[in-house]
Amino acid sequence: MKALCWFGKHDVRVETVPDPIILNPRDAIVRITTSAICGSDLHLYDGYIPRMEKGDVLGHEFMGEVVEIGAEVRNLKKGDRVVVPFTISCGQCFYCRKTLWSLCDNTNPGAYESEVMNGHSGAGLYGYSHLYGGYAGGQAQYVRVPFADVGPIKVPPGIPDEKVIFLSDIFPTGFMAAENCNIQHGDTVAIWGCGPVGQFCIRSAFALGAERVIAIDEVPERMEMAREGGATTISSHEEVFDELKQMTGGMGPDACIDAVGMEAHGFNLAAKIDQAKQALKMTLDRPNVLRQCLHACRKGGTVSVPGVYAGFLDNIPFGMAVAKGLTIKTGQTHVQRYLKPLLEMVEREQIDPSFVITHRLSLEQAPDGYKTFLNKQDGCIKIILKP
Amino acid sequence: MVYSVTILRPALELYQYWRSLENLPRFIGELQSVVQTGKDVSHWKIKSAQGSFYEWDARILEDKAGEVLSWESMPGSDIDMAGSVRFAMAPGGRGTYVKVALKYAVTGGKLGAAIAKWTGDDPKRHLADSLIRFKALMETGEIPTVEGQTRANED
Repeated sequence: MKALCWFGKHDVRVETVPDPIILNPRDAIVRITTSAICGSDLHLYDGYIPRMEKGDVLGHEFMGEVVEIGAEVRNLKKGDRVVVPFTISCGQCFYCRKTLWSLCDNTNPGAYESEVMNGHSGAGLYGYSHLYGGYAGGQAQYVRVPFADVGPIKVPPGIPDEKVIFLSDIFPTGFMAAENCNIQHGDTVAIWGCGPVGQFCIRSAFALGAERVIAIDEVPERMEMAREGGATTISSHEEVFDELKQMTGGMGPDACIDAVGMEAHGFNLAAKIDQAKQALKMTLDRPNVLRQCLHACRKGGTVSVPGVYAGFLDNIPFGMAVAKGLTIKTGQTHVQRYLKPLLEMVEREQIDPSFVITHRLSLEQAPDGYKTFLNKQDGCIKIILKP
Repeated sequence: MVYSVTILRPALELYQYWRSLENLPRFIGELQSVVQTGKDVSHWKIKSAQGSFYEWDARILEDKAGEVLSWESMPGSDIDMAGSVRFAMAPGGRGTYVKVALKYAVTGGKLGAAIAKWTGDDPKRHLADSLIRFKALMETGEIPTVEGQTRANED
């Protein structure tokens, strides 16, 4: 089959690779009908995520048709149409039972390396380096789905792929980020980053009862899409802290979402220092947005971090967090927790997630797609792939 | 070397699986076979890189169902190996704490090479991997793997 494989920084290629096979009894094989390129794939593309190996198949947002099931898979049959969460979870460990699906104990064959790096290992993920198990991903024609009895959700035939593909990652990610804000009546939520995750944060925040959403970015089409979702927008070139303060009667937003993560661009001095250090390999991450969140958030508020960070952060004003009694919530999305309720939102037409798609490419065009997405060219916000 | 995991299964069940020493190769890496040759005696085999085997005998020292199992290589072996696994009830319905302690000393000879092959460069990792696999096997019935999965050749 054809698959999009990683070969190094800014080097992804569509190669012919063996078809996936059943390796464990709870596996299934899915023929992919739609997949997508994620903002976090760009960290892989830019070479910032350690433990990638040449030839790894990328892609963690995908859906399709079950074509084969292992001996112990009883809830799926050949022909079922499924969306697959990017988190691989066993369903039986301490963490899965607490619905902390992205922290599963039993799905990372490379758990030890992750333990050495982080103290403990979480779940395996598709296409996201050997720290997360090295699982072959779904920017391909077929994919092996471990623990197929725990992850995938069946979707009804009437709904097009484009409306449900984002259940695999970015819609639950935006929703969990908003849910983590503990939104109360009257709240203002500030969201840095109007990429696809930020867009779903905006709509989820309103769905969860936010009074107002303020979105911060610099890319015009992304800010326009944010406004279409009901947000008020601020340019990241402005004095964001001051603007937010004036817009909230001096209090600051009740919750701040960092939907940008480790590759933040920034225009202040701290951002320049981040970039210089990163170039000198003195640091991995650029937490420019996280600093702004900690600064801007009202006392006793919540900073919610769906953005991906990989290593150590420099110069984080943790004293601000302490002085203001902030709550910080982070982590990889517990996708399985949200599949059913968010599918229901789509089915009753409360939201149409396909709004975020700007580009539809074939798998063969994916390498160009990565470039376009990285450089935000051609009004690119979200790319889906047809294998 | 010591490593601990918490497994959401009863201590007795975990002890019994471990006590049936033939099960050990299912989760301990590079171990070819363990055969019980007597009440408290077993014969261990690991594969060598050349395709032959390294072998030695071990005996059980302490054996309390659901609590502890310890073993050591027989005197006169080329390898001086001792190990124990302890099971204790975990609080809050979390199942069982499982703690494994292992010690190797190599006295010389070809079994020195065997141990190096068995545990690799990083014996701590070998122990950790074995216990992580034991936990996955006991909780889910499977050991997570990507061996044999699809990928492109490195160019």
